[in-house]
Amino acid sequence: MVADRPTGPAAVTPSRGRGRGVPGRPAGVSTRRPTRAAGDRRRRPVRSYWREYLAISPFYVVFVGFSLAPVLFTLYLAFQRWDGIGEMQFVGLDQFRFLVKDSTFWLSVWNTVVIWVLATFPMLAIALVLAAALNSRTRSVGFYRMTFFVPNITSIVAAAIFFFAVFSSQYGIVNATLHALGLPEVGWMQNAWTIRIVIALLMTWQWTGYNVIIYLAGLQAIPTELYEAARIDGANAVQIFFRITLPLLRPIILFTVIVSTVTGLQSFTEPQVLFGSTAATNPNSGGPGQAGLTMMLYFYQQAFTYNDYGYGAAIVWVLCLLILGFVILNWRIVGGNRDD
Amino acid sequence: MTDTPVRAPRVTPERPAGGRSGPPRWRKVAPHLPLGIGVVVSLFPFYWMIVMATNTTEAIYRFPPKLTTGSELATNVREVLNRVDFFGSMLNTVVVACSAVVLVLLVDSLAAFTFAKYRFPGRNFLFTVLIGMYLLPTQLAVLPQFVLVSEIGWAGSLKALLLPPLANAFGIFWMRQYISRAVPDELLDAARIDGCGFLRQYWHVGLPTIRPGLAFLGIYVFINAWNDYFWPLVVLVNPEHLTLQVALAQLNTAYGTNFSMVMTGAVMAVLPLVVVFVLLARNFVADATKGAVRG
Repeated sequence: MVADRPTGPAAVTPSRGRGRGVPGRPAGVSTRRPTRAAGDRRRRPVRSYWREYLAISPFYVVFVGFSLAPVLFTLYLAFQRWDGIGEMQFVGLDQFRFLVKDSTFWLSVWNTVVIWVLATFPMLAIALVLAAALNSRTRSVGFYRMTFFVPNITSIVAAAIFFFAVFSSQYGIVNATLHALGLPEVGWMQNAWTIRIVIALLMTWQWTGYNVIIYLAGLQAIPTELYEAARIDGANAVQIFFRITLPLLRPIILFTVIVSTVTGLQSFTEPQVLFGSTAATNPNSGGPGQAGLTMMLYFYQQAFTYNDYGYGAAIVWVLCLLILGFVILNWRIVGGNRDD
Repeated sequence: MTDTPVRAPRVTPERPAGGRSGPPRWRKVAPHLPLGIGVVVSLFPFYWMIVMATNTTEAIYRFPPKLTTGSELATNVREVLNRVDFFGSMLNTVVVACSAVVLVLLVDSLAAFTFAKYRFPGRNFLFTVLIGMYLLPTQLAVLPQFVLVSEIGWAGSLKALLLPPLANAFGIFWMRQYISRAVPDELLDAARIDGCGFLRQYWHVGLPTIRPGLAFLGIYVFINAWNDYFWPLVVLVNPEHLTLQVALAQLNTAYGTNFSMVMTGAVMAVLPLVVVFVLLARNFVADATKGAVRG
C-alpha cells in the first residue's frame, strides 16, 4: 500500500521538484525539469507553499478546533471539578483517587470487558468460518457479501429495540421457542449474565459480517501457489488451514481484533437503548444489577446526567488507556512472534 | 470451474478406499451450510421486525405467536406518527446526512489530494498528527466538544451535527491512499504543463479521476450520519429538533411495551437506508472495479 512508502509521492512524482533555485516563485507556474532530490524543497520559502496549506486548512481548522483541542481539554478537565456552568476548581488527582475507590466504576469496567470478550471471540471465529466458506465459492459472492454486511449498516438503536423485543420475558420469540421446545424460559433481561450475553449477541450480529468482508479480502490475497505446493507435499485441509491460511492471515486478524477492541470497549448505545424503556430502573443504570452499565454509559451518566464534567473526563481517559492497553496486548499476542 | 485450488478445505490427499462417495459430496455441500445459516441470521431480524410491525402486539406476544405478516401496518404507522414527529426527524436526518456528505467530500478530497500529490514542509508531521488522533477513541473529545458547541450557541441545532464528520480523520486517511493509487502523476504533470494551476489540477484532473473513491466515502459518511446516536443525543437539547435515531429511542423509552408500534418505528427508520444501500452500493462496487481497471 502506498502509505507504506513515506517517500512515495515525492519519489515517483516528477512535478514535485518545481522551483529549484527560484525562491519565492509560485509553485504552479514553474516548469522546471522533473527529477529533484527531496532536499531541494528547503530552498523554497515556506510561504511559497501557501496553496498546499490553504488546501488542507479547511480540514485542519475543524480538526484542531473540534478534535485535537478537545482531547487536550479533556485531559485538563480530569484534574478539575466543574459542573459546566460555575467556576472550575483545580483538584489535582482527586478525581482519579475517587475513581479508584468507586465500585460502580469498577463494575462498569468489568461489564465492558466481559461483554467485549463475549462478543469478540465468537464474532471473529464465525467470521473466519464464513469467509473461508465464501472463499470456496465463485458464484453469488456479491450476494453473500451484501447480505452479511447489512446488519452493520443497521442502526444500533433499531437493533437494540429489536433484541429487547425478541428477548422479552413475556412471550418474546426466544422464550416462545424455548417454551415450544419444552425448555424452561429464561428471564433474559432480569439476570446479570443474560443481560451481558444479549448485549454481546447484539454486537456479534452487527459486526460479524463486517469481519467476514475483511477476512475474505485477506483470503483472496493469499497466492494459490502456496495451496498447490502444500497439496503436492501431502498436507490435508486442516494442516493447510493452520499452517498456511492462518499465519498469512495474521495481519488481517490483528486488524479485526483491534477494530473490535476499539469499537467494543466503547459500547454505549446497546445498553442505553435496551434499558431505556424499563421505567422501573434508572434509564442510565444499565438494567437490573447494573449488568449493562458499560464504561461509556457510566461516563455519559456522570458527565451529562449529573454534570460532573471533571469526573466524566477522568472516566473517559481511563477508558482510553484501557483501550490502548488492550490494543498493545492484542498486538503482542496476535502480531507477535511473526517469524516462527 | 469448480475445482480451483483456492478451495483449500476441499483438498483430499488420499481417497478413502471402498468406493465411499460420502466425503467428497459432503465437502461440496459443506460451505453452503454456514453460509446459509449466516444469511438466515443476518436477515431474520428484518423479517421478524416486519412481522411485528404488521401485527398487533397481542398477536405476537402470546403463545403460540403469529409468525407471518399481518394487516395492522397502517394502524401501527399512524400510531407512530401520532407519538413522535417521525417525518420531521427523518427530514432532519436527511438534511444533516446530505450536508455532511457534500462538505466531507469537498474538504477531505482537497486535503487528501494535497497530501497524496504534493510535498510541503510539515507534511509528514501534519499527517502523523492526524493519524495519531484517528487512533484515539472519539469519545475522548466529546465533553469539550459539547462545551464548545454550547459556547458558540449551536447546542440543539443541526449545524452541530456536521462537526464530528468534518473532524473525522478517516476520510483523509482513506482518500490519501486511494488518490495515491488512482491519480497517475503523469496526468497531473500533463495538466501542469498545459498550464493548470493547483486548483484546476484538483478540480479538473483529480476529482473526475477519483469519483469511485468519492462514492465510497460518501456512502460511508451518509450511513454514519444516519445511524449516529451518541452525539445527537448529547447535543440535541431541544426536544423539538431531533434526528431519527434519537426520536426512535425516545419512542422506545416512552412506549417500550407497545412492541408492534415501536418496531414499526424501527422498520421505518432502518428500511430506507438498507434499501438505498443495497441499490447504490451495488453500483458502487461496479464503479470501484471499473476505476481500478481504468487507472
